[in-house]
Amino acid sequence: MPPALRFDHVTKTFVHHAGQMLLRERLIEMMRPSHKSRFEALKDVSFELAPGESLGLIGANGAGKSTILNLATGLAQPDHGSITVNGRVTALLELGAGFHPDLTGAENVRVNAAMMGMSRRQTVERFEEIVDFSGVREFINEPLRVYSAGMSMRLAFSVAIAADPELLLIDEVLGVGDQGFYARCLEKIRSFQAGGKTIVLASHSAELITMLCQKALWMDRGQVKMQGPAAEVVEAYRAKGA
Amino acid sequence: MERRWGGDYVFLFENLILKDFRIRYRNMSLGILWSLINPLVMMTVLSLIFGRVLPGGGDRRTYPVFVLCGLVPFNFFVGALMTGATSIVDNAGLIKRVLVPREVVPIAAVLSNCVHLLIQIALLLVLTLAFGLRPNVYWLWLPVIWSLYVAFVCGLALGSSAINVYIRDTRYVLESFTTVLFWLVPIFYSFSIIPQQYRDIYRFNPVSALVMAMRDILMDGVAPPGSLIRNLTIAASVALGLGLLIFRRLKPRFYEHI
Repeated sequence: MPPALRFDHVTKTFVHHAGQMLLRERLIEMMRPSHKSRFEALKDVSFELAPGESLGLIGANGAGKSTILNLATGLAQPDHGSITVNGRVTALLELGAGFHPDLTGAENVRVNAAMMGMSRRQTVERFEEIVDFSGVREFINEPLRVYSAGMSMRLAFSVAIAADPELLLIDEVLGVGDQGFYARCLEKIRSFQAGGKTIVLASHSAELITMLCQKALWMDRGQVKMQGPAAEVVEAYRAKGA
Repeated sequence: MERRWGGDYVFLFENLILKDFRIRYRNMSLGILWSLINPLVMMTVLSLIFGRVLPGGGDRRTYPVFVLCGLVPFNFFVGALMTGATSIVDNAGLIKRVLVPREVVPIAAVLSNCVHLLIQIALLLVLTLAFGLRPNVYWLWLPVIWSLYVAFVCGLALGSSAINVYIRDTRYVLESFTTVLFWLVPIFYSFSIIPQQYRDIYRFNPVSALVMAMRDILMDGVAPPGSLIRNLTIAASVALGLGLLIFRRLKPRFYEHI
């Protein structure tokens, strides 16, 4: 069976350009091609996930967890190495990405569903399910700006799940939900896994990763420090961190 | 190696256009009326100045229609080009966090402006009738020339939105350009007063081509000349082709530069 997700010696660098994007800088650049300092966000990262497996990404801030998720989503391209994805991907990378504060919850659900690749019919059919799961029915016709962080996350998570991806990528957003929703998310993720779907989850919570993932990848300054069964990796990470 | 997006483009465009439209009008008490008030004010001012104080061409009695035939295409051009050009940078949150085909963003920005455009064309048609001009069979040309024109603007928006990611001054350059353009399009004066040696500047400018075609159809009741349709078609194809080419070249590194 082909892997659901595979990183093969992936390297990704970013240029430090101090945010200057003006004509002046471009012209200077053209005259004097300088060697700008580059920052290696990922160095030679390789791993492979079979369909139905879940991977937890762990590591300090800036270790490269989000870069892995962004590359896996297809938002950026690696400098070296290759990334293979089999199946539909949905990513939950940031709280409220793609949501607009002036639109109502219901309108945001439709816009987001369309962006995640759902058709008109699927969106109509799954709308009630999305609203039910999010638990924000009471506010669904209110503009999103009156929602709390937890409520927007619930809505975003519900749409992402309804898009029924084969590979679900989640970056550290589950933390803002309340206990009740958290429990329902975990349940949903488990049934998702049972259905043979693949999940990659970046989290600072070692607990969450051991609970949900079979495998874990410990990132340290852009490099894979350790990968293997989640329990072992998390334990090593904790031992080091303490 | 670009990831395939397996969604429904029509549904996506519809939602993005509705989104823009709602955001723009939800916080305005007069809502949609703003689409009408702005061109009406401009039309009245220009009609007073150039129709009465400094007559510059066109029939005095139908001068407001004459001016509006110039303003509607010009205003659409400026509005759609500016929102299109800044669309990628303005939607950084989407570009960096959601896998949606990037080309959709500037095109949706241009198409959202078409909602106002339709309202303004409706206003123009109503005024045409109110000023005693009769509808004619050449009105059927309107969807054709406007589709070509919208395609032309989509091409410009694609190219400029991609360049604007790398060179943020692009929008200021475009603003100056549209200020100059206002004087190079026969909005408040007639093409017939242009001296022969300068006429090519107007003939090959798609914005003035559309203004002239509107006047041919609505005011003179004749079909727009074949050469004009041909120029508009060439302009739309070249702009779209070039715009897509630039966009495709630049989009792999949007993520790093936004």
